[in-house]
Amino acid sequence: MSDVPANALAPISARRRHTDQVMRAVLLIVTLLALVPLVLVILRLLTSGLKAISWDFFTTDPSGNFLGNPGGIKSAILGTIEMIAVAALITIPIGIGVALYLVEYGKQGRFAATVRYFVDVLTGVPSIVFGLFVYVALVVGNVGGSGFAAWKGALAIALLMLPIVTRSAEVVLLLVPDGLREAALALGAPRWKVVTRVVLPTAAPGLVTGSLLAIARGAGETAPLLFTAAIVQGTSFNLNARMNSLPAQIFADVGQAQDRLVARAWGAALTLVTMILILNIVARLVARRSRST
Amino acid sequence: MEAGALTTRDDLAAARLAGSSRGRLADPAFKWFLTILAVLILAIIVFFFVFLINKASPAISKFGLFGFTFGAEWNVSKSVYGAWPLLVGTLITSAVALVIGVPIALGAALYITELCPARLRAPLTMLLELLAAVPSVVYGLWGVFFLIPKLRPAEQWFADTFSFLPFVGGSVAGPNYFIAGLILAIMILPIVSAISREVISTVPAELKEGALALGATRWEMIRLAVLPYSRAGIAGAIMLGLGRAVGETIAVTLVIGNAPQIGKQIFDQGYTLAAVIANEFGEAANNKLHSAALIAAGLVLFVLTLLINAIARYIVVRGNRMRDIPPPEEELTMPTTGPLIGGPVMQ
Repeated sequence: MSDVPANALAPISARRRHTDQVMRAVLLIVTLLALVPLVLVILRLLTSGLKAISWDFFTTDPSGNFLGNPGGIKSAILGTIEMIAVAALITIPIGIGVALYLVEYGKQGRFAATVRYFVDVLTGVPSIVFGLFVYVALVVGNVGGSGFAAWKGALAIALLMLPIVTRSAEVVLLLVPDGLREAALALGAPRWKVVTRVVLPTAAPGLVTGSLLAIARGAGETAPLLFTAAIVQGTSFNLNARMNSLPAQIFADVGQAQDRLVARAWGAALTLVTMILILNIVARLVARRSRST
Repeated sequence: MEAGALTTRDDLAAARLAGSSRGRLADPAFKWFLTILAVLILAIIVFFFVFLINKASPAISKFGLFGFTFGAEWNVSKSVYGAWPLLVGTLITSAVALVIGVPIALGAALYITELCPARLRAPLTMLLELLAAVPSVVYGLWGVFFLIPKLRPAEQWFADTFSFLPFVGGSVAGPNYFIAGLILAIMILPIVSAISREVISTVPAELKEGALALGATRWEMIRLAVLPYSRAGIAGAIMLGLGRAVGETIAVTLVIGNAPQIGKQIFDQGYTLAAVIANEFGEAANNKLHSAALIAAGLVLFVLTLLINAIARYIVVRGNRMRDIPPPEEELTMPTTGPLIGGPVMQ
């Protein structure tokens, strides 16, 4: 015991204990502070949004009438679902394919490192720049016979989702144990069968989770859609025509500053947030189920 | 090998996995298909950049790269396009976002990882992540109809009381830099907090236990073991948050006032690069110079986010490399930055 410094076991001084307590309290308060905007946003969404919502709200298109009933958000909901579905169909196979290349073939090579770097670069690109790109490349020149078109909006969203899908897929694929690959190879399986029969099924829940989170992210984006799919009133199933979407509808309604339109904006916002939350919850459930098996 | 062995189920499965010899052609084909996808993604990005530069060239050749980026006037009716007021607006709102958002995000990350009871950890994390699930346009909507009216008296009081501070004082505009920055702070909070949490949770338990064993209080442990170890990762998290703030469009467009000038104080109206693009692209469709100027503004924004992300990545990579040095077995020293136990612990 003689080499223990005399003060090592001495009680903590009052000043130090005081600092500790103050800092713990500060960190707690700061954490609660971080939750304040969440509570405020959700409360306001519920109080203002629920007032606007009725059966008609979901089943009628925006009327466009300057006075009177502004109509509902049917076209916006369907438009969002259509465009996000198209975007997902484009981006998820490509994103997972690129991730497969990086994990199974590229590994740590120079080309793979370059691809990885550029995917990271894409992650940081602001969504509006994607919109601008599609606008300049496809909308201005009336590519496909029409200016603003749903498929162009879907493409902008797909570009935005691509790095998210690729990065999350890469992480998940890396988690597949090499032992599984080696076992399949040792049984004489060719590479592509190892990937499609062993690697992909093993990683499937993780891939689904990553894709759903990317979809949730894409569904809330406004800026790229304003440039590409524009805003219309009617419900449309024509991908080569303008298409409404929830974020664009909200943006348009806020700009009008009329009470009845603002009420619709709150209703649409509540709908959009609910849709995104459901996607997030499903993604998490898939992730949890895969962990427990 | 015995012939009969091939009839077992495992061998059949193996035979199915191996496939026919013709199937083997599929292997290189599969590899090339995936490689082409990877090349495609590179091609898209290169095309993306070259294309935007090409389309922005009318504005850049008229005003010069320097003249455009630092030109002090953005005036559509006079056909004069200088991005400086927009760039300044972007920088001011992002700075406000960092000043407000980072301490809160970091504090929350520290509380969740180091202090809070284990059973609160998951719910708190989930709630913070919920902030990221709210789309930009909804924050904008909330900002317009809640933050702007509710905060205006407080802002005016602050402006009157602290008018001696630089960039404070005068009359408060409804939509302004501060409101935009505050919304951005809320929007970057989840990402900064999530990455910080990840970084902080990689601090080795031995370091923390060592600090506690030497008699450090919890806070001293955070200050002397956790923070120095995770400094680089936290800096990277902050830069990634900054990258988000710089590029955020719709929420800012709704609450910044969209006045293409540099405000005199933080409660003045302004404009940002992203907001000007969102607002003016419609009217610019038939005006070649105007649309070129907007694309050039997009490029400035793009380059700015590239720079920020490159710095973030550099900080994180360097930090990781420095941390990978294994600590000596016997003695408890910090492998990275300075001694673990400084003076105040053993006073």
